[in-house]
Amino acid sequence: MDLAMLLQLLDSSVRLATPLLLACLAGLFSERAGIFDIGLEGKILVSAFFSAAVAAFTGSVWIGLLAGIGSSIVFALLHGLASITFRGNQLISGVAINFLASGMTVVLGDSWFQIGGRTPQLEGHARFQNLTLPFAEQVRDVPVLGAIYHDLLSGHSILVYVGFLLVPLTWWVLFRTRFGLRLRAVGENPAAVDTAGISVVRMRYTAVIICGVLCGIAGAYLATGLSAGFVREMSAGRGFIALAALIFSKWRPWYALMACFLFGLLDATGSLFQNIHVAGISVPVQFMQALPYILTVVILAGFVGKAIPPRAGGEPYVKER
Amino acid sequence: MTETATDAAPFAIELKGISKAFGPVQANKDISLQVRKGTIHGIVGENGAGKSTLMSILYGFYKADAGEILINGTPTTIPDSQAAISAGIGMVHQHFKLVENFTVVENVILGAEDGAMLTPSVNKARKLLKQLAEEYQLHVDPDAVVEDLSVGHAQRVEILKQLYRQADVLILDEPTGVLTPSEADHLFRILNGLKDEGKTIILITHKLREIMEVTDTVSVMRRGEMTATVKTAETSPEQLAELMVGRKVLLRVDKQPARPGDVVLDVTDLKVIDEHKVEKLRGISLHIRAGEILGVAGVAGNGQSELLEVLGGMMTAQGGSISVNGQEIDLSGKHSDGQSRRARGIAHVPEDRQREGLIMPFMAWENIAFGYHHDPAYQKNRLFMDNAALKRITATEMESYDVRPPNPMLQAKNFSGGNQQKIVVAREIERNPDLLLVGQPTRGVDIGAIEFIHKQIIALRDQGKAILLVSVELDEIMSLSDRIAVMFDGRIMGERLPDETDEGELGLLMAGVTKGAA
Amino acid sequence: MDKMPRWADIVLIPFINLLLALVVSGLVVLYIGESPWEAMKIMVRGSVGSPYGWGYTLFYATNFIFTGLGVAVAFHAKMFNIGGEGQAALGGLGVAMVCLLIPWPHWSIALLAAVIGAAAFGAAWAAIPAYLQAKRGSHIVITTIMFNFIASALLVYLLVNVFRVPGSMAPETARFAEAARLPNGYDIAPWLGFSRSTPLNVSFLLAIAACVFVWLLIWKTRLGYEIRAYGHSQTGAVYAGINPVRIIMISMLISGGLSGMMAINGVMGEAERLVIDPVQGAGFVGIAVALMGRSHPVGVFLAALLFGMLYQGGAELEFEMPAVSREMLLVIQALVILFTGALDNMVRMPVERLFLSLRKGS
Repeated sequence: MDLAMLLQLLDSSVRLATPLLLACLAGLFSERAGIFDIGLEGKILVSAFFSAAVAAFTGSVWIGLLAGIGSSIVFALLHGLASITFRGNQLISGVAINFLASGMTVVLGDSWFQIGGRTPQLEGHARFQNLTLPFAEQVRDVPVLGAIYHDLLSGHSILVYVGFLLVPLTWWVLFRTRFGLRLRAVGENPAAVDTAGISVVRMRYTAVIICGVLCGIAGAYLATGLSAGFVREMSAGRGFIALAALIFSKWRPWYALMACFLFGLLDATGSLFQNIHVAGISVPVQFMQALPYILTVVILAGFVGKAIPPRAGGEPYVKER
Repeated sequence: MTETATDAAPFAIELKGISKAFGPVQANKDISLQVRKGTIHGIVGENGAGKSTLMSILYGFYKADAGEILINGTPTTIPDSQAAISAGIGMVHQHFKLVENFTVVENVILGAEDGAMLTPSVNKARKLLKQLAEEYQLHVDPDAVVEDLSVGHAQRVEILKQLYRQADVLILDEPTGVLTPSEADHLFRILNGLKDEGKTIILITHKLREIMEVTDTVSVMRRGEMTATVKTAETSPEQLAELMVGRKVLLRVDKQPARPGDVVLDVTDLKVIDEHKVEKLRGISLHIRAGEILGVAGVAGNGQSELLEVLGGMMTAQGGSISVNGQEIDLSGKHSDGQSRRARGIAHVPEDRQREGLIMPFMAWENIAFGYHHDPAYQKNRLFMDNAALKRITATEMESYDVRPPNPMLQAKNFSGGNQQKIVVAREIERNPDLLLVGQPTRGVDIGAIEFIHKQIIALRDQGKAILLVSVELDEIMSLSDRIAVMFDGRIMGERLPDETDEGELGLLMAGVTKGAA
Repeated sequence: MDKMPRWADIVLIPFINLLLALVVSGLVVLYIGESPWEAMKIMVRGSVGSPYGWGYTLFYATNFIFTGLGVAVAFHAKMFNIGGEGQAALGGLGVAMVCLLIPWPHWSIALLAAVIGAAAFGAAWAAIPAYLQAKRGSHIVITTIMFNFIASALLVYLLVNVFRVPGSMAPETARFAEAARLPNGYDIAPWLGFSRSTPLNVSFLLAIAACVFVWLLIWKTRLGYEIRAYGHSQTGAVYAGINPVRIIMISMLISGGLSGMMAINGVMGEAERLVIDPVQGAGFVGIAVALMGRSHPVGVFLAALLFGMLYQGGAELEFEMPAVSREMLLVIQALVILFTGALDNMVRMPVERLFLSLRKGS
């Protein structure tokens, strides 16, 4: 494999890892606050649709982004209503949200555009354009480093940079701010937070809304950055891969980055090379696709380090008598 | 601190006419309490006497139905914990409210941070913690993770949390329940130090030794009422025990003297360590003969539950032996469960009928088979259970045990507490066991049912069965038992005959005081 | 005392939940600019108005009965098995292997073998998540989700690389031999007016048998007794000497087996070959069906019938009312899960209060 090919692979991995990363960080905020969210997939999908649809109507990708985020927040609030206010089962709520997104996007898409649930092809300002970083053109001929800068680091949509910057930001918020302290506490022991005079309900709703925002960005990137428009089921299991990455990273931001990049790399490898040979054995592409899930099960089984979720996760908080 | 200074100090806390009911249960009845500033005030009482409810009202967890709270002479409403905190009240709960995987300093500042950034808060707290540690002997590594701390240290974190919030009044709910004696002594030194600094402390406990050791004044609660408030110096453990237990009218149970036969249950040096690595049983030895009731008295949480659970096969023992009718029971792993115990003729009325003894959504007839569902008499053939027979059996058992309404098709949750318990008692006694384990047989049960259940237990004894009775109700133990063993801190403190002892003596034993030491 | 009568719990509340789901769906239809009333009429007519419609309705219902029962059995042990999709896909593999590898003399024997193959493969796919839950405490919801994806990748691989007919581009197995094809509604009961190509087949009877089996298992056998006891109270189970590991394993194996058997209907009864996605979301519909049917076989049967009507009616709706796409079904399905499962308390609490005040008033 030569440098150009390697860079192409890594470049593609970065693109494919971005929606995973955004969704994974979204799940991180929610689950760290004790709200399990298997509805990441649905929120990505609904945002992908609304961002593309509104971008198509308005011609502005930024208004599209806002619409995507807004729709994702609505779904997040639905999850909050079920799991915080009505103390329902968070898993069942997540399942419902995924189906609601699957159905709603196509029903509305069909009704609005009449092209089989898709949105029209997005062009120009209705799409996120790739940014060229300063001096990318000038340094592209510098051996190795120049190529890395030009081919790998430069030339992505702004949301890719946002996604990667969100990793240190999330880390900082979680571990360096009062908000983060309280957020982590509410996912570990809500009773401690409650006796300290902080509202558990408000903390958890805040977390769920942040989750909605980040899933919204992930979906918008998918439809208006990575692709040029919405097609049905375009989230294609990314919400679940993000969930897998979240478990894989043991609910920590930097590890989430690594897990998502790894899964992005697997994805990119699978699509760039149809046949992969490892030690003379041909590895089927389906195996590459299933690998994130297999790895997650192995982690969950506790054979390779134990993944311990936030202790109060999945449990509605009821004030002790 | 002189006597007069304490007497003259203004009241830090004054409660006037506090009442609180949970449904039909009156947890607090017209309670008034005055605690002077700079003193340690003890509140003693049996389990369920209403101590915790009262303190929860003071800390804003519950709203009182009636009454008034005055803090430093000012009437104050405390709608939530936040209000209690800003009124200068801090509470150390019996079950710590700590975030286990946070560091000490993170736990301390949670909810009391200065500003949105963590680092300044942490630095400030670290400095203050050091200062507090010097001042009150509250040494804890600020950067240690709480789950790595011993229980005693975790409790210090709770106290530090309150001090960090500048609490003037500190409520401690059963603080020594989880501590070793030396940890408890250290805690008392800390409390005395706090008192000297002018803090007011309310100590809730059922251990008389502690009251005598550290408090200035003490209030006694019984059945939701405040029965007395006295100066500690002017009272004695005997007097407090009597006030605590009360001169209750003994429920008269007609019973003949026991005619003990052969030894049925023989327990030697039983040891149990629970999943939190706490030693719950520290070498229990006892025996029960046929036709005899051994009552185990003690304040809840001193190992009685574990004793029952090990005997009933719900928990594994780490040492010792149990034999029934001279044959040892296999306590190792797979063969030690509820089924194997039942096969050996041990029946078990568990302490918690709602979580253990019954499946609440199951109908009465399903519950009659619970635990005995392998019994061939309940099977129609190899595949199916004989539900029709079970319904018939249930109907007759409900009849003879006076379960109301006698409807086998009713779900367990729809019976009153007394009738639920009758279902459990019927099921276990009708198995004709050699040994019956009974835990809290009349907890939350109405008077009529209490009498009935007591009669059934006596009748079983008179059939020559061995019975182990665990109860926190002293008068129940007194009226039913042929011998009484008192448990404290995983050990048997002593054995008494009911005719040769009284509540006072038992109360002292239950509080861990042996004669002469008090 | 009960907060409300039993009938309110098993009939009234699911009914209100369903009504809410339909009202919200109706609003969506209204928004699209069509009449919800008309849409409803088309769906009812399309699903039960003709033998043709009935054939499809019952065919879909058959799928949902199996997957619904699968979820329900696990629910009784307090396990949330989201893996019905993958277990059913593996069940399809089992059916295909049984049908392709052995030349069966008659469909009835083939069916018997297919039942075993489907159940065994489905159960095997549930076994690993079950074992990890029972022994290592790995959350069964997450592991079964992961196993759905792994199953789908595995199936694609096998269909592309192992079972594909040489020379064909389609990732599917060869068509089963004539003797391994199941008689359909027309073959069995032509007098009911089913067309020759109706997808309804003998698997429907198998599904009814499965309902009876689950009913007997859960309410009549000792094992069912233990499963329910464990599901209601883990501490109670310990008191009674019921082994939690055994209950988790057995209930999940039965759950997976039932989901696997779903494949008999689609793979053996209709497509007569294994195609790339033999389950078509039926595993997930099972969740809605089990929730609505309160995990009781009769409830599951009725809920499956309802969803069968929705699926067939939805197909007709797409045909007659093109503005409303078939995915409207997913919306309804999602709302049913949402209202009956996650937002149950939203309806339950006011209804309970209502009954309490009625009781006080009387």
